[in-house]
Amino acid sequence: MNYLDEYRDAKACAIRLGWIREAVTRPHVIMEVCGGQTHAILRYGLDRMLPRELELVHGPGCPVCVTALETIDRAHAIAATPGVLFASFGDMLRVPGSRTDLLASRARGADVRVVYSPLDALELARANPDRRVVFFAIGFETTAPANAMALIQARRGRVDNFSMLASHVLVPPAIASILQSPDNRVEAFLGPGHVCAITGIGAYESLAARFHVPIAITGFEPVDLLDGVLAVVRQLERGTATVENVYRRTVSADGNRAACAALAEVFDVTARSWRGIGAIPRSGYRINEAYRAHDAERVFDVGEIVTREPEACVSGLVLRGVKKPSDCPAFGNRCTPQTPLGATMVSAEGACAAYYQHGRRPRDGEPA
Amino acid sequence: MCLAVPGEVVEVIERHGMRFGRVQFAGVVREVCLEYEPAAGCGDFVLVHVGFAIATIDREEAARTWTLLRELGQPEEVDP
Repeated sequence: MNYLDEYRDAKACAIRLGWIREAVTRPHVIMEVCGGQTHAILRYGLDRMLPRELELVHGPGCPVCVTALETIDRAHAIAATPGVLFASFGDMLRVPGSRTDLLASRARGADVRVVYSPLDALELARANPDRRVVFFAIGFETTAPANAMALIQARRGRVDNFSMLASHVLVPPAIASILQSPDNRVEAFLGPGHVCAITGIGAYESLAARFHVPIAITGFEPVDLLDGVLAVVRQLERGTATVENVYRRTVSADGNRAACAALAEVFDVTARSWRGIGAIPRSGYRINEAYRAHDAERVFDVGEIVTREPEACVSGLVLRGVKKPSDCPAFGNRCTPQTPLGATMVSAEGACAAYYQHGRRPRDGEPA
Repeated sequence: MCLAVPGEVVEVIERHGMRFGRVQFAGVVREVCLEYEPAAGCGDFVLVHVGFAIATIDREEAARTWTLLRELGQPEEVDP
């Protein structure tokens, strides 16, 4: 028992697939919100095992993909500042900005380090008191508490050479934005299990009621994902729209109170621009006044940022579930993980990278 | 990004005045911040994301997934 392998059991999946087949009588479009869920679905081939009536579309839950170009360009400018040690999660290094990416900045002499945790970045600041250490803090509600703790510890321990370029995004406003879009096709959601482990499920109950849409708070293993699909399919067939938590071993209704308290201590809610999607009100966190001395956006004056999307790419439509990666003419030929045109092909969680990695590539002119 | 992995707390320690755990994942042991799961102790499984425990696995809820199958007369081999 390790709370992982047993949720990958083939028999347990087969039983659930049977229940889903029994429940489905007509077509439904379901969005899994998280990039991690998208990858698991493609990795285990769940999309090909489900009844033909069910279409899974892939949501915006890839923080690397939705981080605004302006923020990425700002990161590049800060990383290129003399004396700066710039720390980031590995995923961000190859994301194309307007002119460059962090890996290329490093090749030109910037000191860019990959860290596993924001506390590792704080350690770098403690170990290098003569350097200005900046951590690139991106991510959803799951990641924000870890970054908040690094800031709380920096202030408490007076690690004055540590700052953070924070660009956090929040899931519920993005779901609302998708549902309000005129080209929306999504009828039900597999909700983000690890985001809800932090926030609880209250905001999702409001969404379900407001838009009359079923939501299953879902985990990341095959059994979990099929439980989520089964829950929303039964609701779609019945015509109900409530939140069902099918990831109860991890998610409690109230979420993680200690983590939420840390978020309130460090961050204010703010509007954010989502790459490929656009501005969404109250859809992110920024560092609040009390922590301004550790806010890299205020500490570093890098002048005006003029952005330029490197090339037209359909990632915005992919992130809203309007298009599939394989609908893009550049997919798998001009755009690959080695030569990405957009962030959805870069990130380990991007839908385009998932399609490419798990063999959903067009062959001989056939659609994927 | 929201990838989080369950592991077992094998020791509780202190770092910079914070509560940390040594957490075992399939043979690999890492130090994990327990500030957000202050009640987690040795033997508990915690869900770890970017070096932080963000939830403690609820064993009773986890067991329910499997007892449900048994009640429906499905094969016992599913028993983890």
